Amino acid sequence: MTPAENLPAWAALLTAVLVLLGAALTLVGAIGTLRFGSFFERVHAPTLGTSWGTGAILLASVVCFSALGSRPIVHEIMIGVFITITTPVTLMLLARAALYRDRVEDDANVPPRTMLRRRSVNAAAPESGDEPPRG
Amino acid sequence: MSRALPYPLLTAALLLMWLLLTSFSTGQLLVGAAVAIGASHAMAALQPSKPRLRRWQLLPKLLGIVVLDILQSNIDVARIIIGGDRRDRVAGFVAIPLDLRDKTGLALLSCIVTSTPGTAWVEYAPDTGVLLIHVLDLVEGADWVSLIKNRYEALLMEIFE
Repeated sequence: MTPAENLPAWAALLTAVLVLLGAALTLVGAIGTLRFGSFFERVHAPTLGTSWGTGAILLASVVCFSALGSRPIVHEIMIGVFITITTPVTLMLLARAALYRDRVEDDANVPPRTMLRRRSVNAAAPESGDEPPRG
Repeated sequence: MSRALPYPLLTAALLLMWLLLTSFSTGQLLVGAAVAIGASHAMAALQPSKPRLRRWQLLPKLLGIVVLDILQSNIDVARIIIGGDRRDRVAGFVAIPLDLRDKTGLALLSCIVTSTPGTAWVEYAPDTGVLLIHVLDLVEGADWVSLIKNRYEALLMEIFE
């Protein structure tokens, strides 16, 4: 590995700013997870870390190692792509589990399943069969 | 052609990934190509539906819009968390009737909605095409239905349908 003192000043500065930005965004996301009150509000906070939190740190890595190796190194993009593709899977799983729980408990804060029916646009939509069982 | 390369896009993406993770040399190109072609044949055995890209030229435009929107909402959500909650901030659900039916397009839309702080994909009804999202800050007066439909769905429909 090339020692870091070979890093030109502009690259070192840019790397530092990007790493700090990414770390700060991720930290703010973590704080938000603690501070928000309800599950559906909490779900928003960690996305700071999975979007530009990750993005800025990956950009910092690209800048740093491209400047050190004097050739473009972009395989960090793969990390970003995989995080972006896989995040919705976990989020949907959690959100739908929470939605199901709240509906079973008849929580007034979550919309009923009927909200997903198209009211005026599509009259031919199936009318029955998608009401969840109420306990 | 389709017999030898069942999923040309997947093969190209795998080869590109191989070259990014190793190094650009003739040897790696050959090994990577072999791995990519083998993997795409393994994929063909699973017979997934084949995504159609009608206008892939619009993908960079979509990517640009999304990256900037995500940056903007990062700032908005960070401000809400750091600056303390405004009293009038209202979080809530929004139901959006979607016209997009293509599975790849919907998957991409879910990535966009999920990666944007402040909006979360909650539920989608495949029979009616209505999508339920949760929005952290409803107050800003933005019309979320037309925002999602005009900004992302229209572009996704042009690309995939």
